[in-house]
Amino acid sequence: MNKAKTYPWYFAAGAILIYTLFSVVPGLIGIGYSFTDWSAYTKELHFVGLDNFISVFSGKGDYLHYITNTLLFTLVTTVCKTVLGLLFAVALSEGIKFKNFHRGVMYLPSVLPILVTGLTFTSILNPKIGFLNTFLRAIGLDGLAQRWLVDPKIAFGSVMAVDIWRGVGYIMTMLIVGILAIPRVYYEAVAVDGANAWQRFRYVTLPMLRQTLAVTIVLNVIYGLKVFDMVYALTNGGPGHRTEVMYTAVFKMMSKGLYAEGTTISSIMFIFMAFAGFFMVKILTKNEVVE
Amino acid sequence: MGSRSRNKLIVSILKNLLAWSAALMILVPVALIILTAFKGSSESLTMSLGLPKEWNWSNFATVIEKGKLVRSFLNSLLYAGCSTLLTVFLASMAAYVFSRRRSKGMGAIYMYIVLGMVIPVNYVTLTKIMQVTRLNNTWYGIILLYTAMQLPFSVFLIYGFVSKIPTELDEAAILDGCSPIQLYLRVIFPMLKSAVITSGVLCFLNTWNEFIMPLYFLHSSEKWPMTLAVYNFFGQYEMSWNLICADVILTCLPVVVLYIACQKYIVGGQTEGAVKG
Repeated sequence: MNKAKTYPWYFAAGAILIYTLFSVVPGLIGIGYSFTDWSAYTKELHFVGLDNFISVFSGKGDYLHYITNTLLFTLVTTVCKTVLGLLFAVALSEGIKFKNFHRGVMYLPSVLPILVTGLTFTSILNPKIGFLNTFLRAIGLDGLAQRWLVDPKIAFGSVMAVDIWRGVGYIMTMLIVGILAIPRVYYEAVAVDGANAWQRFRYVTLPMLRQTLAVTIVLNVIYGLKVFDMVYALTNGGPGHRTEVMYTAVFKMMSKGLYAEGTTISSIMFIFMAFAGFFMVKILTKNEVVE
Repeated sequence: MGSRSRNKLIVSILKNLLAWSAALMILVPVALIILTAFKGSSESLTMSLGLPKEWNWSNFATVIEKGKLVRSFLNSLLYAGCSTLLTVFLASMAAYVFSRRRSKGMGAIYMYIVLGMVIPVNYVTLTKIMQVTRLNNTWYGIILLYTAMQLPFSVFLIYGFVSKIPTELDEAAILDGCSPIQLYLRVIFPMLKSAVITSGVLCFLNTWNEFIMPLYFLHSSEKWPMTLAVYNFFGQYEMSWNLICADVILTCLPVVVLYIACQKYIVGGQTEGAVKG
């Protein structure tokens, strides 16, 4: 059987073409444009060399701050979602009444539009009349009532917390599927050796979950670096630029006609992710078989 | 013996307590939205857990009319529906060829497409491309964009399923005189049913919930999908949380129904590849 004839290349042509035109080409020409002074206000393009990159990395005009914010967001949400997700997964994988109900509820926020979640929390976190502060005052914890999304010191923390609220259930679900796939005999074997609950977790669950954990971490990192909807809906980068991340900053530059700045930030992300992404994709596509 | 079973009981109580407090954390905001959606305008400067004085079903009618939601609903349906069909069709054909050929070149192209799950979009230059190709602010432009965004994950997902279909089937079909396209449509595609449904459901869900593409590329309000309509409505009626919540419910209803109906596919699809097997 002739493989090239039976499985003709043009079956894949549509997918390759559309993906290349709308995902890869913008990324590549974006790198080219980041060496120019492209903006809405000049007709001609001028080559400016590395000027745009220098102004990003020299810390002029907050650009670096958007990048560090994005990295902070990615780090904090990834760590919290993984740790909490693991805690819930271990607790909820067995010995729970109404377990399907609980799993269904925990997963619910991940199927809702992120934008809608963000909008809803702008009301809940309203400092004066929002549900959270009203609730805290009602149970006598006035001291904990904060100006969640307004106070420059804690606004970014609040944004990350809402995102963790949204994302934990998804990570938990993946980890539960992973835990349930661990063959029972391993637990029986260490039980014979008299292992306690912590040792069972440490020496069976955790090592057996390695691949699942790697995948969830990669997914969290990809999500974090590209975050937009959540920040846009909650604070739109404010107060000041305290909660600004790369994609919200790019959107603002774009609206202001600062195309070169926007494309430079996007290109930095593109180049970084094209390299780091290779290893991430290796982790995602690895499907090693145990036993 | 007695203390061991008591320990077990305590652990079980703690576990159930943890489960319920987590569920409560999720359910309270959901309850806030549902209750507020039925309240009158004086009760809804913010969201609260109090029951509405009267159940104002009319909020939904008001929102549908003021927010022009029928239009947006149909737009969302068109965008999500068409891009899902296109994605599933193109992705399954591509995944099939990549999986069957297994040559070095095809492997490289497969990696090239799957890398799309990771690489970020450059919206600035994408705008340029949309303008040059005259796809900016068109319904088919947004469908093509969504297709491009969903293809990598769908190819990845379906690829795993194709490799489970034995190649002996292909050989038999070819001996019977099937052309390549007949082999794909009559033999392979039907066997990919569960993979296609899974990637289709996820694709529909993602595109229905998506917000950033229309924000950049759809400028006329009559082309807006539900997410953008909600956001705009929120800007206009900032203090009318009853109306905003009604709008939120109408936006989320289709995905929640889809979630309840297709939970198996959604959870299964998203965990595919994450778990050794």
